[in-house]
Amino acid sequence: MKKALLALVTCLYFVSLFCLASLHPGFENGQQFVVKDHPSDNGTAVDLYWEPIEGVIQNEQLQIPPGSSFRSLIIERKDSLDLWQKIEISNEALLSGKFTDNDNIVPDLPVSYRMIRIDETREGEQVEQILYATVTPSAQWFNFRKLPLLIMLLMLSIAVIYYIMAARQGKELFIRKINGLESMDEAVGRATEKGKPILFVPGIGDLDDIQTIAGLTILSQLAFKAATYNAELIVPVSKSMVLSTAREVVKEAYLKAGRHDAFKKDNIFYLTDDQFGYVAGIDGIMIREQPAANFFLGTFYAESLILAETGFGTGAMQTAGTAQPHQLPFFVVSCDYTLIGEELFAASAYLSKEPNQLGSLKGQDFGKLFIVLMIIFGSILEIAGYHWFKIFLMMG
Amino acid sequence: MKRTIPLIITFIIGIIVLSSEFIPHKPFSSVNESLENWFLVISGFAILLGQLSLLRVNTFKVTEKAENWQYYLAGLISFAIMLLCGIFWGTQDAAGLLGNGDKIISSLGTKPFEYLFVNVYQHLSATMFALLAFFIASAAYRAFIVRSFESTLLMIAAVVVMLGRTSVGTTMTAWLPQHLKFLHLPNIADFIMNYPNNAAQRAILISAALGIVGSSLRILLGIERSYLGGKD
Repeated sequence: MKKALLALVTCLYFVSLFCLASLHPGFENGQQFVVKDHPSDNGTAVDLYWEPIEGVIQNEQLQIPPGSSFRSLIIERKDSLDLWQKIEISNEALLSGKFTDNDNIVPDLPVSYRMIRIDETREGEQVEQILYATVTPSAQWFNFRKLPLLIMLLMLSIAVIYYIMAARQGKELFIRKINGLESMDEAVGRATEKGKPILFVPGIGDLDDIQTIAGLTILSQLAFKAATYNAELIVPVSKSMVLSTAREVVKEAYLKAGRHDAFKKDNIFYLTDDQFGYVAGIDGIMIREQPAANFFLGTFYAESLILAETGFGTGAMQTAGTAQPHQLPFFVVSCDYTLIGEELFAASAYLSKEPNQLGSLKGQDFGKLFIVLMIIFGSILEIAGYHWFKIFLMMG
Repeated sequence: MKRTIPLIITFIIGIIVLSSEFIPHKPFSSVNESLENWFLVISGFAILLGQLSLLRVNTFKVTEKAENWQYYLAGLISFAIMLLCGIFWGTQDAAGLLGNGDKIISSLGTKPFEYLFVNVYQHLSATMFALLAFFIASAAYRAFIVRSFESTLLMIAAVVVMLGRTSVGTTMTAWLPQHLKFLHLPNIADFIMNYPNNAAQRAILISAALGIVGSSLRILLGIERSYLGGKD
């Protein structure tokens, strides 16, 4: 384990040095103007480098120190008619000596630039220096700036797959108790006893939002329990795509529970795409139907508190979950149970109790441990004055 | 087969989208854009499903004279009015079947659809949003009741931040000398927001990101099938 960690750190160090080296301009043989294909892109940008100019920016104006010979710098690009067109360069870019041109650059077509630098000699004579450079930008097959992301993704994926395989082989995995999910049985039981419905709100996200999908996977488990205990389930949705998926999910759950006769298609219905129209509709349902339990699981924004407070007012048992950090306090205050961040995504795996899925949760825990270790390692390096690790991680 | 084909499609598309994050070369570079366009096209057709569901559910409640059926009728009438206004006189940029309705514009000042949108819909939406202010007050009242050590801490932090964000807080600690600047309420409020609050939020974001990766892997590998309705 120690050897593996040491090897990993060494690899990261050398990879970061390599990546840093590839990002530098590299003036060779006294060159003063270098044009290079922008690295790790789709061939639609070109990097221009020149000797940085000394000076400061005051009140958005470039101030050149007294005694400096520099007067002005113009960079031009040759257009399709072979005419030189001036490129607008900010004062910050002039001082940094680097500019990325991504204006109408076509991959695999050569682009020519010229830099006109005007200096003044001690005798007061203006000297104009014109330098030419040409480059052919091309699309790359790998984005090196995303290397840190790829490394972390691979490590996490390997950990998840490893624990899934371990779980399949019968290894006992400890998963901490998530109270919000344990409450599902209680909520369904309560609804059955009171003869009141269960309200499930999948949020205002569409089907391309992973939070909505996480909500729907929980809906599947909830619908199965509701079908088993013969409790009524109401699912108002705000997106048409979510409507068809939610219907299919609930229908399959009822079939699985052997209660296909109890499935009511119209209990899963579309309200509106509008955020506050959706809230008004759900508030109305909560007031009229008085559900015994409310579940708010998915993507929520400003409507979170309106929903949760109205539900609180009706006395329903409430469980909420979202990955939106700004909405979590509202849910925590108004709901009995709140699934915070990753708990929403872990819910389906946790409820299914399947070894495969539980293994993936253990893999996520490894990811958390890895990130904590990286934060500590990075902090120590920064305090010690070594910045390569931070630069490597911030490349993307 | 009913499950296998969607699972294979999910796996292939997932791998292509994932690869496009790291490969800027064509065809990967344009895959995301194309898939987003596909999604928009499918969403466009799916809207019809939503409207049909809305009509079906509401009509059923009205015809069956369900409890509070009047509300469902109001919903249907509103839906029909907006739909007809849009079809006959068009929306902001597009003309309808009867043109732009110049006579109506001369009396209302705008197209009927726009008129209803601005004068009815926007006000109703703003009313719902405004309710948030009252709900924040009631939620804050419950949150700040001192029951335990944690809730006491929460209340103290909340009072400091609220005072620090107002001119009252600035005035209250303005008399403190410069070397005790860190005790100024606005500075303490900034500290609470920038450090403990930010740290907690980032922890939630990191854990959520990990959850997303884990969840996505389960879906890609076909371990998570609940969204398809379960296992075969």
